[in-house]
Amino acid sequence: MSVQPEALPLAPSPSRRRRQGRFAASESAYERRRERFAWMLVAPSVLIVALVAFYPLYETFRLSLTNARLGSTNTVGYLGLQNYRTILSDSDFIDALRRTVFFTISSVGIELVAGMIIALVINSNFRGRTAMRTSMLVPWAIPTVVSALMWQWMFHDIFGIINDVLVNKLHIIDEKIAWLAGSNTAFAAMVAVDVWKTTPFMALLLLAGLQIIPTDVYEASTVDGASRAQQFWQITLPLVRPALLVALIFRTMDAFRIFDLPYVLTGASPQTQTVAVYARDVLVGFQRLGRGSAAAVIIFLLIAFMVFLYTRLLNFEEE
Amino acid sequence: MADTLRTGAKPFTPEQIREMSSAKVRKRTAGEYIERGLFWLLVAGIIGYTIFPFYYAILSSLTPSNDLFATPAVYWPTSLTWTHYRTVLSDDIFLYGLRNSVIVSFGSVALALIIGSFAAYGLGRFKFRGKTPILYIILSMTMFPAVAILGSLFRMIRGDWFLNTPNVFNSWWALIFTYLTFSLPFTIWVLTNFFKAMPRELEEAALVDGAGPFRTFWQILLPLAAPGIVTTGLLAFIGAWNEFLFALTFTQDEGARTVVVVISQYAGNSQFELPFAKRMAAAVLVTLPLIVLVLIFQRKIIAGLTAGAVKG
Repeated sequence: MSVQPEALPLAPSPSRRRRQGRFAASESAYERRRERFAWMLVAPSVLIVALVAFYPLYETFRLSLTNARLGSTNTVGYLGLQNYRTILSDSDFIDALRRTVFFTISSVGIELVAGMIIALVINSNFRGRTAMRTSMLVPWAIPTVVSALMWQWMFHDIFGIINDVLVNKLHIIDEKIAWLAGSNTAFAAMVAVDVWKTTPFMALLLLAGLQIIPTDVYEASTVDGASRAQQFWQITLPLVRPALLVALIFRTMDAFRIFDLPYVLTGASPQTQTVAVYARDVLVGFQRLGRGSAAAVIIFLLIAFMVFLYTRLLNFEEE
Repeated sequence: MADTLRTGAKPFTPEQIREMSSAKVRKRTAGEYIERGLFWLLVAGIIGYTIFPFYYAILSSLTPSNDLFATPAVYWPTSLTWTHYRTVLSDDIFLYGLRNSVIVSFGSVALALIIGSFAAYGLGRFKFRGKTPILYIILSMTMFPAVAILGSLFRMIRGDWFLNTPNVFNSWWALIFTYLTFSLPFTIWVLTNFFKAMPRELEEAALVDGAGPFRTFWQILLPLAAPGIVTTGLLAFIGAWNEFLFALTFTQDEGARTVVVVISQYAGNSQFELPFAKRMAAAVLVTLPLIVLVLIFQRKIIAGLTAGAVKG
């Protein structure tokens, strides 16, 4: 494999052509070796993902067509689409679905507006912005279960400080409200906790998008006499749009599959039941593996459909 | 540039432009003061909103029950007590929960980091067929609804899916393996971007020096990736520590039940005792280590959280 001095002739000679061919062959062998090595690196992860995610997902699809029960090894019967018909005609599921959609739209909507305001505030240069950005991480780091418990205490009907502030300090309402008992107030409380917990995350994602906008764009538009509102709608918003869409994807998926917040905040009461709580109830509570799997498949398909819509929107933007 | 030289006019620097525009505003100092005041009010409001609930949890956990259940609610520390912390820390179920959370979170994160960093090296630094689909599948898995595989994972954990697989229900392994469904894709995704960003010359230099791809990884890229691996590990750790659905479903008692599930089930000792103070003490104990870690690593965490989002 040693390179000879005559490997650099002015005119190509037959021997050089041969050597080139051999070099190309060894290069492709080298590439093949690298490719094989890369597959060796990736293989364990692919195997594990197949085992802990794809096989169970396939099983969920398969079981949703049967009358399987959890913890029973009796032979299972094939039901066709019967489970889906049962689920879709169950008013509890329809209620849970409606509630989850409404929860997703309202909480993600509020988080988007509030997150944008916070991101714009942090992005404007002022002393103490680091402290503010740090404070954003506190709600994010607190486990959802813990934040549900914290707010459960704040929403307490007799001793909770939310009633105390509203009744005794601000005199907005005359009587204390049992927030977590009524179905509308419990839903509002759930949205409030979710907004508190995840707005900071939204703000940080949007802030990252804002920080890559070059400042001279703003300077140029200031010279042209653009107002701040004009700058926001015509410069900031279009330029932050990709980051905004990505943040929306993540938050929509998270809100739609939410489980721990409604489960802990109201003790899994039917009034705040989301589709995830419903599915777990059928799967584990009633041990109906087949029927619960059908609900799980419906949730999976809805989320897959939403991801598809969002990515189409993103690709459309890029073109 | 040539134009300005010829006409002799200089373009305004950004500093001059800023001076000019602020000079225009400076005439209305009152309006400016109000604007500044409103801005700081907004800043204070936002910080107060994000911090207050946690402050109130700490305050409640330190307040004697008598003061806590008095009608004018307490907003400032009046008399403090460690009683609630003593109660929680002498509770075996809570301590077992802490132990389980530590073992399960460390176990699954360690596995995800070891296996995931290999995959990230492969995906970030090599070209091979099937790479793009793998990356897309991994990204899509981070949006996967956990409840979609809850039932079938349950069956696998109980061992009734394949020949004589053992029943690992209510054991650490049940959670360590199932937590890989979210910690492994997350680790791979973040670390792939990290490896991709490293300069190519490093590998070429190693190749010239006769190092194979494995030694290049082990002795050159991995040490350089260490900060990224620590941050990724921390984020995955927080995810595992906070996980609720699997922990609630796949465990049964103090043998494997993690601490967030334990505190979610705290009730009073009797029907008439309100468990809030004890719960707040437990909540603070569970959260404080996370908050401290997050504050120490805050810069890296913000970068790690947002890196994937900006690149798309």
